[in-house]
Amino acid sequence: MTTTLYSIIVEFVQIAVVLLAGPALAGWVRMLKCRMQGRTSAGVLQPYRDIMKLFVKDVVLAENASWIFRFTPYLVFGATVMAGAIIPVISTVLPSAPAADIIALVAIFAMARFFTALAGMDAGTAFGGMGSSREMTVATLAEPAMLMSVFTVSLVSGSTSLSQMAQVVTTNPLMLRPSLAFALLAFILIAVAETGRIPVDNPATHLELTMLHEAMTLEYSGRHLALIEWAKMIKLFLYAALGVALFFPWGIAGATPLWMLPAAVFYLAVKMAIVGAVIVLIETPLAKMRIFRVTEFLGMAFLFATIGMLSYFMLE
Amino acid sequence: MTTNLAAQINGVLAALILLTAFGLLAQRRIYGMLHLFALQGLFLSVSTAIVGYTAGLHHLYVSAVLTLILKVFVLPYILYALVHKLHIRKEVEDLVNIPTTMLIGIALVIFSYHLTAPVRELSTLITKSTLAVALSTVMLGFLVMITRKKAVTQIIGFLALENGLFFAATSATYGMPLVVELGVALDILIAAFIFGLFFFQIRTTFDSLDLKEMEKLKEED
Repeated sequence: MTTTLYSIIVEFVQIAVVLLAGPALAGWVRMLKCRMQGRTSAGVLQPYRDIMKLFVKDVVLAENASWIFRFTPYLVFGATVMAGAIIPVISTVLPSAPAADIIALVAIFAMARFFTALAGMDAGTAFGGMGSSREMTVATLAEPAMLMSVFTVSLVSGSTSLSQMAQVVTTNPLMLRPSLAFALLAFILIAVAETGRIPVDNPATHLELTMLHEAMTLEYSGRHLALIEWAKMIKLFLYAALGVALFFPWGIAGATPLWMLPAAVFYLAVKMAIVGAVIVLIETPLAKMRIFRVTEFLGMAFLFATIGMLSYFMLE
Repeated sequence: MTTNLAAQINGVLAALILLTAFGLLAQRRIYGMLHLFALQGLFLSVSTAIVGYTAGLHHLYVSAVLTLILKVFVLPYILYALVHKLHIRKEVEDLVNIPTTMLIGIALVIFSYHLTAPVRELSTLITKSTLAVALSTVMLGFLVMITRKKAVTQIIGFLALENGLFFAATSATYGMPLVVELGVALDILIAAFIFGLFFFQIRTTFDSLDLKEMEKLKEED
């Protein structure tokens, strides 16, 4: 009984952490980026202020927008938070973990993306349709690579359950595994594409011809935009957390001692700060690549994931 | 260093060699290909030294040093000088587009894995698992030679293939006898010089290094 209660508490703490830490990571990345480029930053808390401002503002809807357009922000936000409940962000003891494994997680993200793409076309503007088409192009290439990459980790741990995977990696003796290194490399490339960061997409731009993700959500305003922006920040955080859970799970709380939870939150903060710094280091010297190069970029990710999987069979 | 750790490090190096082999397939610039080739030689050399250390075979050290000098410094330098002299600045032209080549490459790796499976069952060496990677490197070298049009890139493919053969010898039988290895090393070196001469000859005859031009040499029927 106590363990169920404990796990339910953990679940709620984790969802709270996910909701709050998403904007914090985005703010941290923006702040570091400003520092790197010699600009004055608005601080870590700016994303929170942006979201709050958007919640207060009125919603402007296109006349011919259907229910899909109004429904999508809630669905995207809900799906993202649900993904946050599945990934072992601070603990592996999650009541929702047995319900959904890594394949379901990819499907949840895919569902959110599908509805975003529909909503992009729903308002009837040219940019929305263009954005949807581009986003789906990227998605069709990224998803197989993503699955290949996580399957490599599944092979090593012998399970597709995320909690199980994190646990196996922490408890097994440390080993040099080329398969995991390649899977990590592939995962980083895919995460860059999926979360719409430079070199694939530029999250700060609203320039017509270069937008990928922004083009789809261009028509949103008010609380709808707030939800979409928030979900986007959480998605970045979740991809970082997923990468950490799969490849560096040390520090994620296990089943028993309660005091491990604050420690796990602390480790998470440290890891996320490092991930944010790495994102900035990758993004600052790079320019966004041409859209037709993205296929090659993701092809490379697929190649890395496949080499990872093959080297598991061949070398381990 | 325990045998287990050595096997793991060797596995990582094998994976890196495979990665550079794929890199050669994907690389568009000729200087990039040269760098990748040098890198592959470096991984090969380190791997040979580690195998030599764990197996207690000292002649492998000689091979490792030979590989280091020849494949990391001398051969890339000769090719670099050639490319510089021939003023090859264009991107590498390939017959099949890069993602397709990659997919063929992946298929070749799986094929090699399947092909070496019986050998892996029989072998007792710590390097037995890297044999599949060695064979894949050979295959990928072939693929580079097949899919590229220009002579210089084909030579890089050929040298990568030789790297694969060397790696195969180390992983299957702890290397060839030293005499053979010295002979092969000398062969490669001479070959590189002769290739250089050929490049100039081909270019003065055809005004291009594209080997498609050579098809003109056949008799008309």
